[in-house]
Amino acid sequence: MSSETKQILTTDGIPLEVSLKKAEKKNKIKAFLLVAPLLLFLIITYVFPIGEMFSRSIDDKMITNMLPKTFKEMEKWDGQELPPEEVFTAFYYDFKVLVEKQEHGKLGQRLNKEKNGFNSITKKLFRQVKRKKIDESISIKEQIMKVHKRWRTVEYWQAIKRTAPPYTMSKYLKGMDMYYAADGSITQVDEDRRIHRILWLRTLEIAFFVTLFCFLMGYPIAHLLATLPMKYSNLLMICVLLPFWTSLLVRTASWMILLQQQGVVNDFFVMIGLVGDDNRPEMMYNKVGTYVAMTQILLPFMVLPLYSVMKTISPSLMRAGKSLGGTPFVAFWKVYFPLTIPGIGAGCLLVFILAIGYYITPALVGGASGTLISNQIAFHMKQTLDWSFASAMGLMLLSGVLVIYWIYNKLVGVDNIKLG
Amino acid sequence: MALPSYTETRYRIWHYIYITICTFVFFFLIAPLFVIFPLSFNAEEFLVFSEGMKNLDPDAFSLRWYKDMIYGTKNPWGLAAKNSFIIAIFATIGSIILGTLAALGLSSRHMPYKGIIMATLISPMIVPLIISGVAIFFFMAKVGLAATHAGIVLAHIILGTPFVVITVTATLSGFDHSVTRAAASLGSNPVNTFMKVTLPLILPGVISGGLFAFVTSFDEVVVVLFLAGLENTTIPIQMWTGLREQLSPTILAVATCLIILSTLILISAELLRRRSERLRGINR
Repeated sequence: MSSETKQILTTDGIPLEVSLKKAEKKNKIKAFLLVAPLLLFLIITYVFPIGEMFSRSIDDKMITNMLPKTFKEMEKWDGQELPPEEVFTAFYYDFKVLVEKQEHGKLGQRLNKEKNGFNSITKKLFRQVKRKKIDESISIKEQIMKVHKRWRTVEYWQAIKRTAPPYTMSKYLKGMDMYYAADGSITQVDEDRRIHRILWLRTLEIAFFVTLFCFLMGYPIAHLLATLPMKYSNLLMICVLLPFWTSLLVRTASWMILLQQQGVVNDFFVMIGLVGDDNRPEMMYNKVGTYVAMTQILLPFMVLPLYSVMKTISPSLMRAGKSLGGTPFVAFWKVYFPLTIPGIGAGCLLVFILAIGYYITPALVGGASGTLISNQIAFHMKQTLDWSFASAMGLMLLSGVLVIYWIYNKLVGVDNIKLG
Repeated sequence: MALPSYTETRYRIWHYIYITICTFVFFFLIAPLFVIFPLSFNAEEFLVFSEGMKNLDPDAFSLRWYKDMIYGTKNPWGLAAKNSFIIAIFATIGSIILGTLAALGLSSRHMPYKGIIMATLISPMIVPLIISGVAIFFFMAKVGLAATHAGIVLAHIILGTPFVVITVTATLSGFDHSVTRAAASLGSNPVNTFMKVTLPLILPGVISGGLFAFVTSFDEVVVVLFLAGLENTTIPIQMWTGLREQLSPTILAVATCLIILSTLILISAELLRRRSERLRGINR
């Protein structure tokens, strides 16, 4: 509408368009105010802390703050040969401050992570400084170099220079079994020490196969539930919903009982003569246990979205397909199956997302060969207390999950998640 | 599912295979829960079916593990149960209030940036629990709420609200907004309209979301493991420790109680769902 055309006015004499906009804006604010408490709560207690995990994972400020003068002087050093006198002097004065604050040990540990052998030579230097053996009036470079031969080695000074930036990606590299080599290039760790890559691959593998198993088992029963008359399907639905509502730990416990060596499953195998009584297979504390338990636990998350899609497919479509000459298989494959694809997508993505971050069940029934990346994160949070590494691994996992979540949101829409 | 009489043999065979597969899957889903019941009445200390139990010898069964659960001096199940209920109840109330308000806002067609906000509000359900646990632990440690009930309640509100948001927005999707306009035109203020008109209509959704939030909190172990001190131990923590260390039949007694509880919750959730569908005029 052009501005010349006659405007419609409300009874107050305000143009209708303006009045409507005002009302719309008011409604917008009202709607937003209703969401605001939860949004604010989540941002403060949840979104920001995840952001904090990121800053923690790349944080390397401790050493930057410990050696301020050294790093200032090192800016001028090209890093090719042994640093000039000024760097040594600056390092000496920084170190002296640390000795007074009794923080030289921390420096040694931090530098040792960068290059092995730092711990002992900082201790040696500490003793010299403590006994005031270093004469500040003559060349400090000469005196430090005499403390230990490593102080005369350029690689050690290069290692110190590498720690200068307040941020580091080394935790992320470690999560992918890589590290900064002496010359600062990114290098892979030796093949027999690539533990994290094995874990990532195993996590993907287990999540993929659990999703596949859930799909293969969930599709037929979702179909049965959707096609049976209501009074039967309601009863069978309980078989899906009861595990869904039951405590995860209870379900894991029941699998631990079933799968143990003297357990029911093994008893059954012995009874039907599949295995001998004396060589019962180990089904727990390995991958088998993780697969079986996780498939059963995540199966409802596959069945429910599939069921809700299949419920909307009219049975007359299949009849039409058959009456047009299709065999039941053709009618199923050409008519029914394509209609269920949205449900398959929703179910598979949901199960995959849940499986990839699973912690409890693999920790209890997985043993050493069935643990996932989540278990490694928990291990570093609780045992090694390397929180920045745990944060880095967590964020690497999270970025993967968020990509799938984004796809899920595009394909299915989060507001279409069905719960029971 | 009777087959019509003209079905060819190979489809008949295929049909029976299909039924067999389905039976197997249903068995796979439900049977593991039932292995717990008999073993929790085991008179012996092992988690296997004894010879006596296989022969249904009454002496092989006993209530000793239930007695141990309730009266056992070494078992902190009493404290754990008390903590679990307190935490779950407060977390549920918090989730319901925050989640319902947010769902009301999200269901308004005037809501700006609906997609991204909805995705943020649902994210605690999608983000792996271990990551949520680490993040929430950092926050609670910073504000001094680690190892307190309040901290765990807040953490469980974070984890519980997505369920309330989902169920209440689903209920509101079939909600006829003209009833609130009718109330307003009759002179009711918004709060009164909400309490007298909207809330009774969406109540089934609110309660079933609340049930989800309750179960989430009651069953949650990953985040609590980071947050809880000795004082705040909960049932899931006790079960986790028990399953990792000494697998005692007392755990099975507790597990049986939990299965009974979840059955009750399932029944109420199902009844609510049906009532909600009836109220929204969906007859399937």
